[in-house]
Amino acid sequence: MAILQIKEMQKKYGALVVTDGFSLDVEPGEIVGILGPNGAGKTTLFNLVTGMVKPDSGQLLFDGENISHADAADRCQRGISRSFQVPHPFVGMSVFENVLVGALFGRHGMEPEQHVLDVLELTGLKNKSNQLAGSLSLLERKRLEMARALATEPKLLLLDEIAGGLTDSECKSLLSAIRDVHSSGVTIIWIEHVVHALLSVATRLVVVDFGRTIADGSPEDVMKNEQVKSIYLGVDEHV
Amino acid sequence: MNTSITRATPESRIMAIVSILLIALLAAAPWWGKTADLRLIGEFMIYLSLACLWNLLAGYAGLISVGQQAYVGFGGYMLFTCAIYLGISPLLAIPVAGVLGALISVPVALLVFRLRGAYFAIGTWVVAEVFRLGFAQISSLGGGSGTSLPIKVMKEMARSKWMREMMVFETALLLGVGTLLVTYLLLRSRIGLGLTAIRDSEVASVSLGVRIERIKLITYVAVAGITSMIGALIFITKLRITPDAAFSVNEWTAFVIFIVVIGGIGTIEGPILGTIIFFLLREYLSDLGSLYLMLLGGMAIIIMIVAPKGIWGYVRERFDLSLFPVGYRVKLDK
Repeated sequence: MAILQIKEMQKKYGALVVTDGFSLDVEPGEIVGILGPNGAGKTTLFNLVTGMVKPDSGQLLFDGENISHADAADRCQRGISRSFQVPHPFVGMSVFENVLVGALFGRHGMEPEQHVLDVLELTGLKNKSNQLAGSLSLLERKRLEMARALATEPKLLLLDEIAGGLTDSECKSLLSAIRDVHSSGVTIIWIEHVVHALLSVATRLVVVDFGRTIADGSPEDVMKNEQVKSIYLGVDEHV
Repeated sequence: MNTSITRATPESRIMAIVSILLIALLAAAPWWGKTADLRLIGEFMIYLSLACLWNLLAGYAGLISVGQQAYVGFGGYMLFTCAIYLGISPLLAIPVAGVLGALISVPVALLVFRLRGAYFAIGTWVVAEVFRLGFAQISSLGGGSGTSLPIKVMKEMARSKWMREMMVFETALLLGVGTLLVTYLLLRSRIGLGLTAIRDSEVASVSLGVRIERIKLITYVAVAGITSMIGALIFITKLRITPDAAFSVNEWTAFVIFIVVIGGIGTIEGPILGTIIFFLLREYLSDLGSLYLMLLGGMAIIIMIVAPKGIWGYVRERFDLSLFPVGYRVKLDK
């Protein structure tokens, strides 16, 4: 059974259609990469799934349950967690406390403090535990985004452009952290412009434009698709 | 690798001892101080509590209320109602006022929580004005010209003047220290971690499972209840109440905002430091009349521009100092 089913999701801002009857089924254990030009509706899709934005119409099923009317905090506690494209650290709190928020509010397990230490170890932030989040570098802020999301013990993790702006070696260590998370049993949906990073871990690729799916399938097949080349990669080459 | 987590710092252990000694010294004030000293310390405790409470609302929960005088006044009027019509001793009327204030704040919250940002601020002020106009209509409580606490009521509390002063003073100390302690324990708790997260980013808090509406409501109601208790205490010391004095935006909210802003909003230490500065300024400058108020305003503006996080915010960033730590420290022993 699919862990996440998005059914005919529609969202307009005024006359601008951001997602146009968008549907997607995600199976447990997948790493679904989402590609698409700027303004294609990718981040809006995450906002709809996490409940930060309400759709005009459409349904959302998680683990077989209809969560269309659940609020954002509820969806997090059910096991959907995200990182933000632009990091939103709690700047006045330490790294440890940032992650503890996720562990105390987003999950139900015991020993939250030990869990936080485990997550910090996994994301390579342990030696920054006492540092104020406001003083972190970009890479560390992106890691913190992921660490906080993981602290809620998600079943489904949504990563929003987490590799953007990183150097090659930083990107590599991030990828190995993502692989670790995936092998611990977490399903991942990853929006990313850094195509080679995405291709190295994704088990499935979905390309969206104007709020619709253009291509969906194995990474190799999708990258061969002519429409994808012209719309997405064509645009990308000129940048 | 062995890792341990502590919540105290060396400074905080010293502060704990200093605080206990200071509280003991203050508690003995009726035996070493004059009436004027007791009044000053009592008033200090009142402003300290109001500042801590407003800081919780505005500095943590993001609820910028300029209508907290609604609960000060409500508490004051509940005191008079209890003492005059229900025969409840004034000091016992304080907790009653607190419970009633918390109760009335629930419907108020349902109304003003529909408003965001600046509209919330205006909404809370409007509610306070409605309270003022409402109590001015109640002729049994003196209507617009107010009423006094019958001397009989105070005499029943205690025979001697010294005894009465001592009882009111100790109550003020209890409420002031109590508010500070409640704030501290709240901020160290799970709800406090959520509140601090809300202070820094509401978007991120929600996405990590923090139910921000619920936490804001709990905070608002708790603050309203304690503010009503302080309101009752204020009018025990004043012995006379009028709608204008009870619901004064200047005295119960504007000064309090000044204290929190210059001391350091969103920190525990800020309101304490702010209250000390406010009382020093008042002691030496209040003879200047309206010039004094202009100086306060000017000082607030300068602090907001030069050190937007207040004096304590500046100190904390500069020296990584925390006298009442609510956070966690991870010790990595390699």
